[in-house]
Amino acid sequence: MNFPLVTSAGFVLGMSALAAAIVMLVALAIGIGQGLIGMKAVEGVARQPEAKSDILQTMVVGQAVTETTGIFAFIIAIVLVLANPLVSLL
Amino acid sequence: MHSTEHLGPRKIIGFLDGNVFITETVLLALIVAVIMVVLALLSTRKLEKEPKGVQLVVELIVEGMYKLTGTMMDKRNAEIYAPFVGTLFLFLIFTNATGMFGVRPVTADVNTAFALSTITFLVIQGSSIRNRGILGHIKHYGEPYPFMFPIMVIKDLSLPISLAFRLFGNITGGMIIMAFVFKALHSATDGVGITIPFLQFLIPLPLNLFFDIFEPILQGFIFTTLTMAFLAMSLTTHDDH
Repeated sequence: MNFPLVTSAGFVLGMSALAAAIVMLVALAIGIGQGLIGMKAVEGVARQPEAKSDILQTMVVGQAVTETTGIFAFIIAIVLVLANPLVSLL
Repeated sequence: MHSTEHLGPRKIIGFLDGNVFITETVLLALIVAVIMVVLALLSTRKLEKEPKGVQLVVELIVEGMYKLTGTMMDKRNAEIYAPFVGTLFLFLIFTNATGMFGVRPVTADVNTAFALSTITFLVIQGSSIRNRGILGHIKHYGEPYPFMFPIMVIKDLSLPISLAFRLFGNITGGMIIMAFVFKALHSATDGVGITIPFLQFLIPLPLNLFFDIFEPILQGFIFTTLTMAFLAMSLTTHDDH
């Protein structure tokens, strides 16, 4: 068996891939949040069908703002996997 | 289609040994702008009192923009800002949807997204200064309590960053998923052993529908709605409500 088993660049890349996977776990929370917004919107439409277009507009904007966290996480994941800044630090 | 190897936009034209260059994003954005101008000129060439045909459609779009802006602010301000908001909305829809023609979506470049959100930021700050005066603009950060000054400044500064990354992230995510789907279909056709790429023919169509038609309209709508919400916030003085 010859040491080291993994080159340091390979180790950093592998750990970066793991980190990207962990970062994307934020999708769990976003799914719950957007589901809650959709649930409340459906309740609102059921109670007041004439306000449907207003409720839909507010719901879409609210969901977009909720999504922002996930987009930040997604950008971090992209950078870690496809344009890794840590390898150049070695 | 798009490849995953080039995450950034390709450089197309280079001057001075490639130090000064034009990327495909800039070229596509210019093409989209020219197409929009030509469409606007063609559709307003023969205006009639009784609209029909193309004029009817264009009038519907313009009226819709004014109505959309009118839901967020009062009538006088809506007439001032509706052209800006409408242009932004149409440009966002067109540029997000360029992925439909097999090229890279223009807004899948972080520079485009930041340029658009910086324009929005400057318009919001400018309208706030025009509305309140420079002293009033600085003073309104300290309302209702003076110790909230840094928080309010950070709130204003974070707006362009979050707007740009929201647009960029959504469109880039769609682009990467489309690239992966095409890669998978390509290797599937290779595995079957047929040289004609028959799997790429109809299977990606629903995904195209979502990422190149639905998502552009949704992202354009969200971008303009948030712009209008912050514009309306910069236009109300504290005595108004």
